[in-house]
Amino acid sequence: MAAKSLREIRRAAAAGIGSRRCFSGDAAAAAAAAAGVAEGKVGGGAGKEVNLFTAINQALHIALDTDPRSYVFGEDVGFGGVFRCTTGLADRFGRNRVFNTPLCEQGIAGFAVGLAAMGNRAIAEIQFADYIFPAFDQIVNEAAKFRYRSGNEFNCGGLTIRSPYGAVGHGGHYHSQSPEAFFCHVPGLKHLRTLIPWDKETVEASVSKTGKLLVSHEAPITGGFGAEIAASITERCFQRLEAPVARVCGLDTPFPLVYETFYMPTKNKVLDAIKATVNY
Amino acid sequence: MASSQLARRAARRLLSSQHRRHCAAPACPWLLGSAPPVLAPSPVAAAAAGDRRGFCSVRRFTGESNAAAAVEEAENGLVAGGDQQAIDFPGGKVSFVAEMNFLPESQRERINCYRVLDDDGRTISGSRFQEVSKELALKMYSEMVTLQVMDTIFFEAQRQGRISFYLTSHGEEAINIASAAALTIDDIVLPQYREPGVLLWRGFTLQEFANQCFGNKLDYGKGRQMPIHYGSNRLNYFTVSSPIATQLPHAVGAAYSLKMDKKDACAITYFGDGGTSEGDFHAALNFAAVMEAPVIFFCRNNGWAISTPTSEQFRSDGAVIRGQAYGMRSIRVDGNDALAVYSAVHTAREMAIKEGRPILVEALTYRVGHHSTSDDSTKYRPVDEIEHWRTARDPISRYRKWVQGNGWWCDEDESELRNNVRQELLKAIQVAERMPKPPLAELFTDVYDEVPSNLREQERLLRDTIKKHPADYPADVHI
Ligand SMILES: Cc1ncc(C[n+]2csc(CCOP(=O)(O)OP(=O)(O)O)c2C)c(N)n1
Ligand SMILES: [Mg+2]
Repeated sequence: MAAKSLREIRRAAAAGIGSRRCFSGDAAAAAAAAAGVAEGKVGGGAGKEVNLFTAINQALHIALDTDPRSYVFGEDVGFGGVFRCTTGLADRFGRNRVFNTPLCEQGIAGFAVGLAAMGNRAIAEIQFADYIFPAFDQIVNEAAKFRYRSGNEFNCGGLTIRSPYGAVGHGGHYHSQSPEAFFCHVPGLKHLRTLIPWDKETVEASVSKTGKLLVSHEAPITGGFGAEIAASITERCFQRLEAPVARVCGLDTPFPLVYETFYMPTKNKVLDAIKATVNY
Repeated sequence: MASSQLARRAARRLLSSQHRRHCAAPACPWLLGSAPPVLAPSPVAAAAAGDRRGFCSVRRFTGESNAAAAVEEAENGLVAGGDQQAIDFPGGKVSFVAEMNFLPESQRERINCYRVLDDDGRTISGSRFQEVSKELALKMYSEMVTLQVMDTIFFEAQRQGRISFYLTSHGEEAINIASAAALTIDDIVLPQYREPGVLLWRGFTLQEFANQCFGNKLDYGKGRQMPIHYGSNRLNYFTVSSPIATQLPHAVGAAYSLKMDKKDACAITYFGDGGTSEGDFHAALNFAAVMEAPVIFFCRNNGWAISTPTSEQFRSDGAVIRGQAYGMRSIRVDGNDALAVYSAVHTAREMAIKEGRPILVEALTYRVGHHSTSDDSTKYRPVDEIEHWRTARDPISRYRKWVQGNGWWCDEDESELRNNVRQELLKAIQVAERMPKPPLAELFTDVYDEVPSNLREQERLLRDTIKKHPADYPADVHI
């Protein structure tokens, strides 16, 4: 259950960037906390069940409320965002702290780096993960190396970039992609708590018990994060593995509209792979 | 050595030699200590006079020598008029002035807007425009209506769940059709997504539009992209790509190729007000100016980028003013005036091709529809604003008044046209809907020119899975 809930958070809140201790809980972590409330209900605990966008919305409320130096911005964020995640924020916290930006992802990311470098909590939204690529240079060459290249004279640890990703059923090429692997390859970027650093110990403990592992993601299989997990677990658990690590992932094609179900790591593909692993 | 450094040195030399001349001449005794002539300082200069950093930066630019510094001192409000100083700088002669004038953030008046038809569809007296024959005028009118009907019916089809997505060009029919009419089929079109009328004008049939929206096996894009991502090699219309503004630099490359091949053709690329904020817009304009590429940049300034109004998109006077900054001719045109759009693009095309230069056209208009079927624009803009543009400023009715005023059109023609288009569309939709999707093999083609081994293996595994679980997969994709 935990894995599923984290996965869902990842879907809507991708890249927490930086590693500054002074920001004890970034917006992404707050989103995780809010979603944790939902999970509590499922697990029989006390919380109220909320859907993902509500969890994110609540997390952003908390971030803006608890830190007067926090800002939320991006394309169409002012009226609530195209996924409604920023609903009510501009009204409550004002247009100086919650605002629309011009349509320019490299501008959003670069502006966010500068804002964060001045000791602020910059929470930037990229409307779709598919549109993060114009910001790639600012994220990879600037945000990720800001601390290292200055010998920690400067850092942009207060920067969080949120971006929804993944298949929706009718998104085609440019409203469906899962670009996480590009960013995982960049030292200096943290992807929530789920990918960098990912929880090797927990996975290793599980594989030690079962001798089996299956990794699944929507991104194309080649060079995907599943390859990283498979390699690491093979290194750590080679003697204990009872079957090859299985990967059920997206195809090595652009994300295709009418073929979406063919492309996706759907449940029966996963089930077949589980059976093959168990019966290996 | 960097050329800018060379230029700076030249500037220094020029300054100091001029300075020497000044000093030698008895005509400027104030340099020797007498009171300087009093010049009324401009408010800006006066305000900045206390800012030492401003003067320092001037000094740094003109050179470190004492002589040059003295000249600067003299220039800071002290140089008498008459003796014009200038510098030959890359790009041409630049005059020096004594006043510290910051360019204002905007011109006193906004750039004006070219228009031919007034709100009642009458030609404004004295307006100059490209003649339009009766035949052309009627074709333009009926294509504008066709586009409007097509949008209405596809939008409905999406609401009924028959297609997954749609986006209308409501309010921008004149931009779509009149700009297309001013081009030839050899001109290369690189669209954003709100210009299907250009493709319609070029001969894309309603059936072809429907095939793309349904992603069936006759869709040239092989069902891979969302509805409205049309494209046609035959009609020189590059396939739509969702990421904003990426097509702009492509247009410059395409235009450069046309120029190298000495073609009597240009490239034209369309984009929205939102698109002007992307880096690709700036890259493209600058490239086009430097490469002297015959490309028309057509900006549809429709006031909105999804929920973002232009006041939160830019603070320049729209897009048109940017042309000059890049060294490019530009014009602002009433985007709801078909004759003005037609004339402007017609002339822009001539200049682009004959003189080998890019042209920027900014059409003022309004996005009358929601951004797309995923949007409800009443959440962020007033309904009466939409209504005003939908009724009082509608480009189709304005143009119709002109056409009808010429005695070329009547009410029966109108209802016959609308009926015919409607019938044709409903039929096209029925056909497209029943048509199977492209076969499975097309999932793996065109990623590269040939299918590589990893994809062949993935196709084999996928086919095994489908055999085991046929119910998991749509029946209308041929396996
Ligand atoms: C690079 C990129 N960022 C964001 C988006 C999401 N998006 C789609 S359309 C749009 C607004 C475009 O506005 P404009 O350029 O004015 O064109 P209009 O829709 O008004 O015709 C946005 C932000 C996108 N498609 N591509
Ligand atoms: Mg717009």
